[in-house]
Amino acid sequence: MSEPSQEVLRLQGLRKSYNVGMPTEVEVLHGIDLRLARNDFTALVGASGSGKSTLLNVIGLLDPPTAGELYLLGEPTRGMDDASRTALRGGAIGFVFQFHHLIQAFTALENVLMPLMAARGKPRREDIDTAQALMAEVGLDKLADRKPDQLSGGQQQRVAIARALITRPALLLADEPTGNLDSRTAADVFALFRRFNRKFGCAVLLVTHDSRLSDACDRTLTLADGLIVSDQAARQSAGS
Amino acid sequence: MWLEWTIATKFLREGRTQTALIMVGIAVGVSVIVFLSALIDGLQDNIIERTLGTQAHIKVEAPDEVNQVVPLAGGTMQLVLEDKRAQRLRSINNWQQVRDTLDALPEVTAVSPLISGPAFARRGSTLESVALMGIDEVRYQKIIPIRNDMVAGQFRVGAGDAVIGSRLAWDLGLRVGDKLRLDAGQGGDSVVNVAGIFELGVRELDSRYVYLDMKQAQSLLGLPGAATVIDVTVKDIFAADTVAQRITRLTGQKAESWMQTNGQLMNALKSQSLSTRMISLFVAVSVAFGIASVLSVSVVQRTREIGILRAMGATRAQMLRVFLLQGALFGLAGSVVGGTAGYGLVWLFNAFGPRLFQIPVSPLLLLAATILATVTGVISAAIPARRAARLDPVVAIRHV
Repeated sequence: MSEPSQEVLRLQGLRKSYNVGMPTEVEVLHGIDLRLARNDFTALVGASGSGKSTLLNVIGLLDPPTAGELYLLGEPTRGMDDASRTALRGGAIGFVFQFHHLIQAFTALENVLMPLMAARGKPRREDIDTAQALMAEVGLDKLADRKPDQLSGGQQQRVAIARALITRPALLLADEPTGNLDSRTAADVFALFRRFNRKFGCAVLLVTHDSRLSDACDRTLTLADGLIVSDQAARQSAGS
Repeated sequence: MWLEWTIATKFLREGRTQTALIMVGIAVGVSVIVFLSALIDGLQDNIIERTLGTQAHIKVEAPDEVNQVVPLAGGTMQLVLEDKRAQRLRSINNWQQVRDTLDALPEVTAVSPLISGPAFARRGSTLESVALMGIDEVRYQKIIPIRNDMVAGQFRVGAGDAVIGSRLAWDLGLRVGDKLRLDAGQGGDSVVNVAGIFELGVRELDSRYVYLDMKQAQSLLGLPGAATVIDVTVKDIFAADTVAQRITRLTGQKAESWMQTNGQLMNALKSQSLSTRMISLFVAVSVAFGIASVLSVSVVQRTREIGILRAMGATRAQMLRVFLLQGALFGLAGSVVGGTAGYGLVWLFNAFGPRLFQIPVSPLLLLAATILATVTGVISAAIPARRAARLDPVVAIRHV
């Protein structure tokens, strides 16, 4: 791999406002500059209302920025139409949400396959093998045929992680992935992020309130009132 | 389309109760449409068959005789006191040629020249006014298969044989083999042998028609070699009007279709069809609103899932298709169930109904109902589907 491809994400002067042009217009992000490289394992912390989720949505191409530029894998994304943003998002970004957000109508395995199915239609044999391997990695290979409501919260979150990784995304975004889990399960889930970060080399950006988790990350970004106020490398990596 | 199909069917299966309820609604609507259309079609076919079973679709006659007024030079005023001419019985000019022309028309299924005129039938001192029908037996059978309506004797004309209606036979006390004197005025007078008695079920015809060989009728009516009417049947009875106009243009004769001669009937049939169509339309509209409202609710219920799917890389177009497909599936499945139920109703009607007539159900009607319901499903899904496609994934994911 050449050097430029190491950069996964770059934000330049990124701003986001809501209700643009209306009297209630409010700017949530006031110019964010940020680079994430492959293998980065970064925590994003900040008080409620500091703009963490907004930043994550913008980075995840779910919400277009009002100003500034967002380069994903070196590609500028400003002015992309919805279809191209959707395609880029589907291939390059994996999402894990706080409330695991699985689709109830599908089995765990089908949920894992969803990003591939959205992009390519009927999954091929090797896609299913990949999904099963991922399910095994998150320790759920025996529960692949269960519906989400037959799984515990921790299990559902593992399925969501497997789903986020099925496309081998360059960037894995997680919004309070452990916020809804007890501390033991949370630690397990966090360990999975760590493992996949090492294994696949995907950059991980993890929004969390939990200082134990953020301390365990390689880098911590602190967001306050729509600005990154601190960007610290961890004192030392935990090592494995 | 694979993903859309999978999501749509899984959504439908998951919302089982909702799906079942709207399905019943659609099925009821479709079965009403199918049954009603079949019933009215059957009724109309029956009426038309009864009406046209005893008459030709088109009657070709010689043009009416009118007074010719010599045109005058311009600027001259003319006062005409006109005595309308009587329409005397007369032959179609060159009727053999007209017959051959009609035979060659592709829309025409049968052509039967005949000579028809008034006469008295006499037995003893009893006198009845009758209509003489001098026919070409083979050709006439193709227009009115009167052989099927014989109640006594056989249908045989020629060589002094005549076939009369049951009512006339009753009035004159005639049986097969009896003699009957026919008097057409103008000196035409002969005695015929009653070879058969028919009953068409139309009183007017049963009491007045006397079928003879063409030659005998010609000589009785004093019109040797003549044919006064050419009866025509056509393939598509509702095209009779246009065919009649075409015949007039082609031959210069007067051609009248059954639609003109049965104006009242046509009117009744048309209003009946119209009211059926109106009912079907309103049922279809209410079914469409049902589908639309169920899918609208479904879009709201699935907002979060739509958001997730979008975050997973599903496109707006895919979301749109998921809901259009659900509409189509509603329509398709509902119409299959409803069509079957409608078919069942028709069967019940045929088996246990008043048995006045049989309702035929054409597979075409079922096919049309299925296609119509499916298309209606897609159209009614349009608004909810658009809403699903336009959902902002960020907002949708946060939706609880």
